[in-house]
Amino acid sequence: MEKFDVIVIGAGVVGAMIARELSRFELSVAVIEKESDVCMGTTSANTAIVHAGYDPVPGTLKAELNVRGNKLWDQVAFELGIPFKRTGDYVIGIGPEEVKGVEKIYERGKQNGVIGIEMLGRDEVLSRLPYLNKDVSVAMFAYTGGITDPFQATFAPMENAVMNGVKLYLNTAFEDFIFDGKKIIGIKTNKGEFLSNWVINAAGLYSDFVMHKANLHPEFKITPRKGEYYVFDRNEFTIPDVLFPTPTELTKGIMVTTTIHGNTIIGPNAHDVEDKEDKANTPEGLDEVFKGASKLVPQISLRHVIAIFAGLRPTGNARTPNPAIDYHHDYLIEARPDMGILNLAGIESPGLASSPAIAERVVELLKDSGLELKEKKDFNPIRKPRRRFRDMTNEERANLVKMNPLYGRIICRCEYVTEGEIIDEIHAPVPALTYDAIKRRTWLGTGRCQGAFDTPRVVEILSRELGVSPLEVTKKGDNSYFLLRKTKEVEDER
Amino acid sequence: METRKFTCLGCPVGCSLTVYIENGEVVKVEGNQCNIGIDFAKQEVKDPRRKVTTTVKIRNGVHPLLPVYTDKPFPKGMIMELVKELRKIEVEAPVKMGDMILENALGTGVNIIASRTIKRKE
Amino acid sequence: MKDRYDVVVIGSGPGGLAAAISAKKEGAESVLIIERDKEPGGILNQCIHNGFGVEIFKEDLPGPSYAERFVNEAESLGIEFMLDSMVLEVTPQKKIYATSKWYGFKEIEATAIVFAMGARERTRAQIRIPGFRPAGVYTAGSAQRFVNIEGFMPGKRFVILGSGDIGMIMARRLTLEGAKVERVLEIMPFLTGLTRNYVQCLQDFNIPLQLSHTVNRILGKNRVEAIESVQVDENFNPIKGTEEIIPADTLLLSVGLIPENELSRKVGVKMDSLIQGPFVDEEMQTSIPGIFAAGNVVHIFDLVDWVTEAGFTAGKGAARFVKETKEKSEFVKLVPGNNIHHIVPQYLKKDALQNGPAKLMMRVIKPMEEKVWVELSDGKNLITRKLERYVRPGEMVILTVPQKAYDDVKKAKELIVSIEKFGG
Repeated sequence: MEKFDVIVIGAGVVGAMIARELSRFELSVAVIEKESDVCMGTTSANTAIVHAGYDPVPGTLKAELNVRGNKLWDQVAFELGIPFKRTGDYVIGIGPEEVKGVEKIYERGKQNGVIGIEMLGRDEVLSRLPYLNKDVSVAMFAYTGGITDPFQATFAPMENAVMNGVKLYLNTAFEDFIFDGKKIIGIKTNKGEFLSNWVINAAGLYSDFVMHKANLHPEFKITPRKGEYYVFDRNEFTIPDVLFPTPTELTKGIMVTTTIHGNTIIGPNAHDVEDKEDKANTPEGLDEVFKGASKLVPQISLRHVIAIFAGLRPTGNARTPNPAIDYHHDYLIEARPDMGILNLAGIESPGLASSPAIAERVVELLKDSGLELKEKKDFNPIRKPRRRFRDMTNEERANLVKMNPLYGRIICRCEYVTEGEIIDEIHAPVPALTYDAIKRRTWLGTGRCQGAFDTPRVVEILSRELGVSPLEVTKKGDNSYFLLRKTKEVEDER
Repeated sequence: METRKFTCLGCPVGCSLTVYIENGEVVKVEGNQCNIGIDFAKQEVKDPRRKVTTTVKIRNGVHPLLPVYTDKPFPKGMIMELVKELRKIEVEAPVKMGDMILENALGTGVNIIASRTIKRKE
Repeated sequence: MKDRYDVVVIGSGPGGLAAAISAKKEGAESVLIIERDKEPGGILNQCIHNGFGVEIFKEDLPGPSYAERFVNEAESLGIEFMLDSMVLEVTPQKKIYATSKWYGFKEIEATAIVFAMGARERTRAQIRIPGFRPAGVYTAGSAQRFVNIEGFMPGKRFVILGSGDIGMIMARRLTLEGAKVERVLEIMPFLTGLTRNYVQCLQDFNIPLQLSHTVNRILGKNRVEAIESVQVDENFNPIKGTEEIIPADTLLLSVGLIPENELSRKVGVKMDSLIQGPFVDEEMQTSIPGIFAAGNVVHIFDLVDWVTEAGFTAGKGAARFVKETKEKSEFVKLVPGNNIHHIVPQYLKKDALQNGPAKLMMRVIKPMEEKVWVELSDGKNLITRKLERYVRPGEMVILTVPQKAYDDVKKAKELIVSIEKFGG
């Protein structure tokens, strides 16, 4: 049985950032993830915004970690090769009734210590954003808001962690704790038992399940809150900016925003569901998203939609630690040194923005709890970004292809992803073993044809590189097989 | 007198035919725009046939399957039996377009022909 | 493979093959077809059913046979193929950037280009079907490729959305390969494909077709488990209460083709937003002279034979353009011949001698201390020459081209200056 100093449950952006921080120290660390790949939970479906920090209620953990995390993004993105752009973002007020709402956000931003926010009058807003609803009354612009790629934001730290000695166990689902009296000494999974001194619960939508198994916080509950999105063909329709509506108590609202890949997306709405795996799109949800987005940009048409998707926020009911603040949906970040467990629960938006600060906070808490943190002499903080054929100049492409002809074979015609890049991901330290895993890493299959051209070729490459029959290749692990039998092998004829 | 209605498959137009049958013989055809309709109606009543296209396995070729076709229309009622038989066949590459793959399939006098050339795998 | 071609055709489906063949026959000397698949033929290779060639050959051929005839003709005419290669960009100056495992990253210049990229299929997202996004949702064409070429069945129990010809043909194909097609759903109140296909693909196999029906939801998180169908009203809105769960493991989408015009848009040809294809004239020439388009890339055709005809027209136009470009070319290039290092001017206008003689200034490479001819020819015939007592690299050599050489210069493809020994 394997024994570790620390086991992290969950390989979303939070688990990955934590693992990377822990890999700086002389510790044996393992990350377990129930899915076939990292980044398949909440991190896989969101608006990909690195929030400035004006939105969370002042005095909450959300506010503190958002503002701190936002500051850390430049360094983290640089060290780990994560695509990141400080675009700045707008909060738009439509009509006189929304002016107060935007002003309230501005005040909040100031209270939270966000730098570089300013209020803009109608004329200024329309001169910057001519496509906006002409009934715009006021807007707030925040210089520090940014956009990133949530998949790279998870792969990069995870890969860096693995490069620095962390072990990653995919398809490994937490089932229960192993106790010695009150102390947790290990975990039971569907793949066997692991012993450890510390367990870090970064299980996202299932963080309540994990906590309850340790008999902690029975009152805490995760309510999956679904948000649906539309994605547009970037050759047909683009809004180059990041636009928020005036927020409500429930949600930041339905956005119209550009993404790091250049596509424009609209969404998310907010709708509680029962099932933690219910990421189905609904006609009502999609309708709500369209209506919300049209309020900001009236000429939005669904003609150039190329994809729809839905994500689930792990909304929790934890009270803010500061007793003076009456807020009941804050992050729960708590170390129990007596038990050897550190829980992170309810990490919904601004989780992506906060993730570097959350990882920093976890290390502090472990230190305060008495865990010895001796820095590794040979820790390498740098993880080089992948070469992307489609981002290269023709000269760079020519050189790349000359060096390795496999980079000359285009597999995804819409997004210019080459066979060389796909093979790189299949054999990477955090390997891509399914079609969706390759898609998340390379953006293959996300263009106009949505995989119609590349799918047979990717199935062939996965089959060849993994040494399995094409019948065993899956879309996203489990039983998501692409092909069910050979053309000439009919069951009752065998 | 029996009346049957069906679509003529003789050409892409697809006329709607009304066919009058007496003692098993077609006596009148209405709705056709040419004589192909009359011939089709007679054949369809007596012995309905269809052109069949499918694939057979091919060994050591650049593709694992060879597309094939029937050189004449094939009895409609025996089509599923035909494709079942063809599933058992495996030919060896190279194969040229027009090569005979199966002569006199199921004793019908219809031959199965290769639709394309498949070269041998290198 | 060369760096320059008279005509480059992008796509080796029926449109591209016909364009290349006709361009060659109409006088284009060098013709190249760039094809992204490993073999030529385009979509015809997976269309193993018949119905092709009824007009052009007066025969009823399966798709691969139709393609092979044209591929054979193209090869016998000396048309070059660049296979397994993707065109990334075409510039308005008709430079083509293509990449391939075999040829590397290539820059190819063309005098005329024919776009024959065909069409892609409308996807699930474009018609916005709610539900999960499991494995087992395919466009009919993708499924066709797996079944007919790769040799795998994407499923065992199918629901097909769309009564277009591709959907119906796949219904029959799948049934012949032992699968069960549970239902074909069509949102319109009428059949969108040919009636004969309804008969020989659906009716013959007792596959039920429901008009005014569509897919309401896809069920199944990892793999399709069922399709929920629903009836629609005259405004295509779902009618509550008519939902039906159809157990299935695969959904095939046959909901329309869209011309594939990424390259056309990037190069800036004028696009007709109504049909999502370029504006073309009777020669199939786009708004950029010398760029032509043929086949589904312009608009969706019904019969492949008409695509071939359009390809013939575009190829003929491309050849015409090449010929005119060569003739109308305003300039003729001056090429250094024997012992000539360089010539200034490097170009003469074709009618340069209309206004007076032209003075050519040269430097030689090696000294020759003997009598030499400085000769101007068009590659075949001597146009004019001058005797020099010697030539040295340090001294400029001048040759005047007299006005009487006007005709020779005008029709020359290139002009060569060389040093020849006197009497030898």
